[in-house]
Amino acid sequence: MKNEWPLWEVFIRGQHGMSHRHVGSLHAADEESAIKNARDVYTRRNEGVSIWVVAARHIAASSPSEKGPLYEPSESKVYRHPTFFDIPDEVGAM
Amino acid sequence: MSAYFEFLLRMGDNTLILGHRVSEWCGHTPVIEEDIALANTALDLIGQTQMWLGLAAEVEGKGRTADDLAMLRDAWDFRNVLMVEKPNGDFGQTLMRQFLFDAFHLEMLKGLTTSSEPRVAEIAAKAVKEVLYHVERSGDTVIGLGDGTAESHERMQDALNLMWPYVGEMFASDDVDTEMLSTGIAPDLNQLRIAFDAHVGAVMADATLTIPDSTFAHKGGKSGFQHTEHLGHILTQMQWLQRAYPGASW
Repeated sequence: MKNEWPLWEVFIRGQHGMSHRHVGSLHAADEESAIKNARDVYTRRNEGVSIWVVAARHIAASSPSEKGPLYEPSESKVYRHPTFFDIPDEVGAM
Repeated sequence: MSAYFEFLLRMGDNTLILGHRVSEWCGHTPVIEEDIALANTALDLIGQTQMWLGLAAEVEGKGRTADDLAMLRDAWDFRNVLMVEKPNGDFGQTLMRQFLFDAFHLEMLKGLTTSSEPRVAEIAAKAVKEVLYHVERSGDTVIGLGDGTAESHERMQDALNLMWPYVGEMFASDDVDTEMLSTGIAPDLNQLRIAFDAHVGAVMADATLTIPDSTFAHKGGKSGFQHTEHLGHILTQMQWLQRAYPGASW
């Protein structure tokens, strides 16, 4: 719809988390109102201490239809997991 | 009625009536983000009402509660300014009313944080954080719509023209205000007006809106002398349940 505000993706960093996590999306006229809307829509129950918003059009995403070529080749390459090493006892807990 | 009690009623009735007015938008705003934001504002205001009217009831000392004051008084006992009774009108009118009240409310609460009454200072310290956000949001929306399309600009200018005659009452000092000032409970309304004018002037300039060249001010709300016809209609809706089913609770 022509009169629709742009879509923004919202990322919130919680009280105990180090990273911002995607929590949802919303519409807003500009980035400042997007942050305000995110505050009102996604932090009502004390969820966050920091908000990021990104205009959804700026997010480049992989295509679900390319799942095969993108991800299947790594399924058969178990040697990429670091589970084939003997860890010396002196290293202790990892 | 003591001046202190009456002053607390003014604070609590302003937030009660405006909170109710703003809650009328719930489920009706143009976009869901604004709907949630306005509902949050309404809830903040009702929360502040509980604190102001709770303290008022204690100060009165007649065994009444905040709920009694909110739900069982009639129109002539209310002490809110006339502006907060004004109907919501269109979205622009609601936001203009909100910004003008928020700008007053912010200065009042900032002044009350240094009140000689510790309980008043504590309530103000909690409320001022909420109101700082209210005024930022309403101010930005006034700017966005005022400096927006030709239609939004015209609607916002109409809203400002409509609401401006209700600004003066918020700063008109009477015997209650004089006593609150002399006892150090509340700040000087004349000083608040200076800060208000600077803040509102800057926002209206950004919004490309013209403040009416008039100092005419409707009055009668904060004294309870003459409310608008709208207050009675608000009360019939707001108090209906307690009037129809006295003492009902969940």
